[in-house]
Amino acid sequence: MLRDITLGQYYRTESIIHKLDPRVKIVGTFVFLVAIFMVNNAIGYAIAGLFLAMNIKLSNVPVRFIFRGMRSIFLLLMISVLFNLFLTPGDPMFTVWKIKVTKEGLKLAAKMAVRLVFLITGSSLMTLTTTPNNLTDGLESILKPLKLVHVPVHEISMMMSIALRFIPILLEETDKIMKAQMARCADFESGSIINRAKNMVPLLVPLFISAFRRAMDLAMAMEARCYRGGEGRTKMKPLVYHKEDKVAYVVLVLFLIICVAVGRMKF
Amino acid sequence: MIRTDKLVFEYIRRDEEGNVEGITRAVDDVNIDVRPGQFIAVLGHNGSGKSTLAKHFNALLYPTDGEVIVDGMNTRDSEKIWDIRQEAGMIFQNPDNQIIGQVVEEDVGFGPENMGVPTEEIWERVDESLRAVNMLDFRKSSPNHLSGGQKQRVSIAGVIAMHPKCIIMDEPTAMLDPNGRKDVIRAARALNSVEGITVILITHYMEEVIYADKVFVMDKGHVEMQGTPKEIFSQVDKLKELRLGVPQVTLLAHELKKSGLPLPDGILTKEEFVEELKKLKR
Repeated sequence: MLRDITLGQYYRTESIIHKLDPRVKIVGTFVFLVAIFMVNNAIGYAIAGLFLAMNIKLSNVPVRFIFRGMRSIFLLLMISVLFNLFLTPGDPMFTVWKIKVTKEGLKLAAKMAVRLVFLITGSSLMTLTTTPNNLTDGLESILKPLKLVHVPVHEISMMMSIALRFIPILLEETDKIMKAQMARCADFESGSIINRAKNMVPLLVPLFISAFRRAMDLAMAMEARCYRGGEGRTKMKPLVYHKEDKVAYVVLVLFLIICVAVGRMKF
Repeated sequence: MIRTDKLVFEYIRRDEEGNVEGITRAVDDVNIDVRPGQFIAVLGHNGSGKSTLAKHFNALLYPTDGEVIVDGMNTRDSEKIWDIRQEAGMIFQNPDNQIIGQVVEEDVGFGPENMGVPTEEIWERVDESLRAVNMLDFRKSSPNHLSGGQKQRVSIAGVIAMHPKCIIMDEPTAMLDPNGRKDVIRAARALNSVEGITVILITHYMEEVIYADKVFVMDKGHVEMQGTPKEIFSQVDKLKELRLGVPQVTLLAHELKKSGLPLPDGILTKEEFVEELKKLKR
């Protein structure tokens, strides 16, 4: 059923990582990304990898779920590895036809691959363990300082959560309109791409009209319930740091220090 | 509680250059007085101006002429607008388009959040309001998984959580199946009798009107008839003229009376009808 669609890629299970405050997870992901670009040697990567593996283990998310996200970037990964492998100047290790493979190239390619894999795994671990709702709340709270430069942080996060609420409704509606048009001999499946795109018009027009109507209704309902922007609003579920969150921050700081220290070492 | 004084509202239609093309009087010279604790029904067919009237009670629309006073506050007073909206809650027709939260309890908490109620109190209010509409078991569900009647009850809970003195329901049952309709009306009646909240129910279903304290019948922006359900439904011919039906039992009694049976006017329920028939037998 369309209404059962999961948004983002949240994986529902119980774990300490799931329970962490979304702010910790967002900051943590950021710290991890910084760290993997700071370290520059095998030991550093080993530490980062270990840290990542520990988090995956703690999150109770099956490993195959995490690597599922990898499939989509496989091509990107391959391209960057091959380019680095063949186009880096330096000591030639061996030559195939006109293409030289150098020692430096091999090193660089390996580094790139490891970094990319870590990067994707780290960030998908965040989306797998945080509901979209929590993620929006966390972002709103982290980006709060931007209000000083007039970025409408509350409005953006409200828009995001309303969008999340309405995606399943609009999907269902699309399905309904599609069936209604098909019953009147509309053809959405055959023909060239251009033709198919043209045939989408009788689907999109009613969908847009109904979306606007819904938006107007919703705005009125929100106003009727005293919505007047973020000013003076309280939260039903405010984000509060617990003991685990503080521990997590300490772990993150330690991890960053270790990575910086190891990254500076020469072997 | 709510009083309108010579209320007029005009929709102004404009063409593409912004010139006035025509003026439609949706509400014309309406004088209504609703007392606290009453259950009021407003009847009328499509385009009779009943929804436009309802939106005035919540300060979503402002009168073109005349006045709307909600609990002593004039809706023209822009400083009082949020107090008015808190005291006079509003339920709309389409249950999907008025639920904001992605989880039932979050939606119920939306109103109190906007009012700046402290967190612990929001939770208390959410609990009590969901209990009042009998939806406590669904508090963690996604609104997308509920039926129409359940969604509408969630909306009602969302309004109750704001502790209003009055709830205006603008055709809350129009998009529901018969079962959902019963549940919603039952919830509305319970609010009125148990919590003492004033309810203004706008509808075109006659069956929902029979329990009201007072009924207003609208046509072309005017209040054409007002009175108790009994008074209204004893004038079957007048209602027909306004393109409104009457409950089946009332119609049957009316036709029987026309054919010569000495039945009284304005029979509303089956039980009443049976009683009257028994009296005739004796």
